[in-house]
Amino acid sequence: MGSALRELIRHRDLLYMLTWREIKIRYKQSIMGALWALLMPLVIVGAGVIVRFAFANLSGAPVQKADIAAVAVKSAPYAFMVAAIRFGTSSLISNANLLTKVYMPRLIFPLAAVFAQSLDFVIASAALGIFLLAVGIGLSVQLLWLPLLFCILLILVIGMAILLSAASLFFRDVKYLVEALLTFAVFFMPVFYDSRMMGRWETALLLNPVSPVLEAVAATIVGHRAPDLAWLGYSLAFGLLFLTVSLATFRKLEPYFAESV
Amino acid sequence: MSDAALEVQHVFKKFRRGEIYDSLRDLIPALSGRMFRARPDGELTQREFWALQDVSFEVARGEAFGIIGDNGAGKSTMLKLLTGIMRPTSGSIQVRGRLSALIEVSAGFHPDLTGRENIFLNGTILGLKRDEIRRRFDEIVAFSGLEAFIDTPVKRYSSGMFARLGFSVAAHVDPDVLLVDEVLSVGDYIFQRKCVERMTQVIERGTTVVFISHNLRAVGNLCKRSLLLQRGTVAMLGPTSDVLKRYLGGSQERRALEGGRDLEITRVLVQNEHGPAVEFKSGDRMWITVEARAHRRHDDVSVVVQIVDDRNYPLFDTCTDRLGREALILEAGQRVTCTFEVELGLAEGTFHVDGYLFRYTTNEPYDRWATAATFFVAGPAAVRGPVNLHPRLTACEVLEPLAMEPGVPSPAG
Repeated sequence: MGSALRELIRHRDLLYMLTWREIKIRYKQSIMGALWALLMPLVIVGAGVIVRFAFANLSGAPVQKADIAAVAVKSAPYAFMVAAIRFGTSSLISNANLLTKVYMPRLIFPLAAVFAQSLDFVIASAALGIFLLAVGIGLSVQLLWLPLLFCILLILVIGMAILLSAASLFFRDVKYLVEALLTFAVFFMPVFYDSRMMGRWETALLLNPVSPVLEAVAATIVGHRAPDLAWLGYSLAFGLLFLTVSLATFRKLEPYFAESV
Repeated sequence: MSDAALEVQHVFKKFRRGEIYDSLRDLIPALSGRMFRARPDGELTQREFWALQDVSFEVARGEAFGIIGDNGAGKSTMLKLLTGIMRPTSGSIQVRGRLSALIEVSAGFHPDLTGRENIFLNGTILGLKRDEIRRRFDEIVAFSGLEAFIDTPVKRYSSGMFARLGFSVAAHVDPDVLLVDEVLSVGDYIFQRKCVERMTQVIERGTTVVFISHNLRAVGNLCKRSLLLQRGTVAMLGPTSDVLKRYLGGSQERRALEGGRDLEITRVLVQNEHGPAVEFKSGDRMWITVEARAHRRHDDVSVVVQIVDDRNYPLFDTCTDRLGREALILEAGQRVTCTFEVELGLAEGTFHVDGYLFRYTTNEPYDRWATAATFFVAGPAAVRGPVNLHPRLTACEVLEPLAMEPGVPSPAG
């Protein structure tokens, strides 16, 4: 692991340039520009509002402002996760040309894909912050949890991106498999709803390591509460373990990349 | 332990022939097939082959080293192993210092980005730090000659401009070890000369350079030592002139018989006064020997030799009958040896010798052996083109304008 990190640090300028390239290319020749960053979260919030209205209709209780706010704050990290995994998965294939012609630590490609998505996440978060202040969701000390939450999410996403990028190089249908799963991923984690609504199946839902992070985001921002540390610890431990396994797998397969493209 | 810049020890590289499973959909039936022993054991190993076998060599710091061989001999594989793109199946490769490769120099370009942006992108891909690029930026742009288009997306570049920009970035990486493939042929004539000058500078500055090339002339001129690869193994390692002799000599064995069945050329040999040779100077004498064997009687044979340039454009030919020898008569089993002496009025370049056997009366070919031998000519720097007409400068004066010359306005108005 140490050698991988040292090599990355030596090539940090390249990581920076490739991240910059991803961002630059996305925003070049596009009408919407930075609005792209807001599109996905807005769509998710829109869908969430509809789902919430359906719930409210069934239960008879009116839709709360806090419910909508909770969907909104979860939409940004969720959109980030989906986009980072999607672009991370295809990062090696789409750079096949470089892969077979120039040597560089190949970890840079999935990392650059994830980091490029982080910019969108930052833009979306800023817009979200303004929106939340406008609708009267106040500030609290609990917001200090957010950097940690983002780190845990990043660890999970990087682990996925690294593993899937390598896998999709060897098996071309991994990409389609990932697409299919991401299409419906929103139902397997608490974005539109709270995990509490699952009743006694709550634990099953929270076993998805992304779920506790999303719940923690809603708890700290909207609920002004401290997150559930036990579940958060589970997510972090899962993320670190998964990242370790992914890294080891990636490093083991790396010598065969150029031959398998 | 040594001051070698590059150390390759007992390198083996295995490849697999044919399809690899590249989707899960293929893998699952394949795996279950294997589990139920639907395939014979050992099939996988049969499909494997060695691209390189037990290759070892060292390149000293500051040395220019050549790797030559036929297509498929393992040159490109060696290159990919040296750059680290692939890893050897076994054996070790040690590189001391920063290694950079002049292959596919525009691989890192993105069409939507401008020339300026691509210089930074490609520079970091080739191993430069952003600071280093910033420092060399003006030099790179000046070298490419693309100042006017540097803020244009490279998708609007012509392919020549594209390649020039790529080479310009790569030429300014300043590595400790430089690998050069066939890239010195990009751009127009003037740019090519710039590239060659740059390469010479790089070598003079003490950079270790490894040439991997079909361009035997470049290898011959620039590298003292070379490695000859044949079917993935080291056929020879030594002084370039010896290696080239062996390589070009060896190519005689690879001939596919073209026309001759009952009358065939068995050998074409190029010699100087000391014996077989591949390197000549413009104006040298050269002896071309053609040996042929008849399997049945022929009474109207003439032997032709032709010299072509490295693009197979014919420059010269001569034959026994035009040199005053009557048609040759060969009985079955008889052999004939003809030696032609020529004076090499050729300028610098790579040339090939083709041998022909013709029917004297009808001028139909019996046998043809194209590119039977290859030789190099070192020529005076003053001459370009295939032939040396021995130019001398006999007059060169600067004259004042004539007062009455039409078209030139006289200063008096």
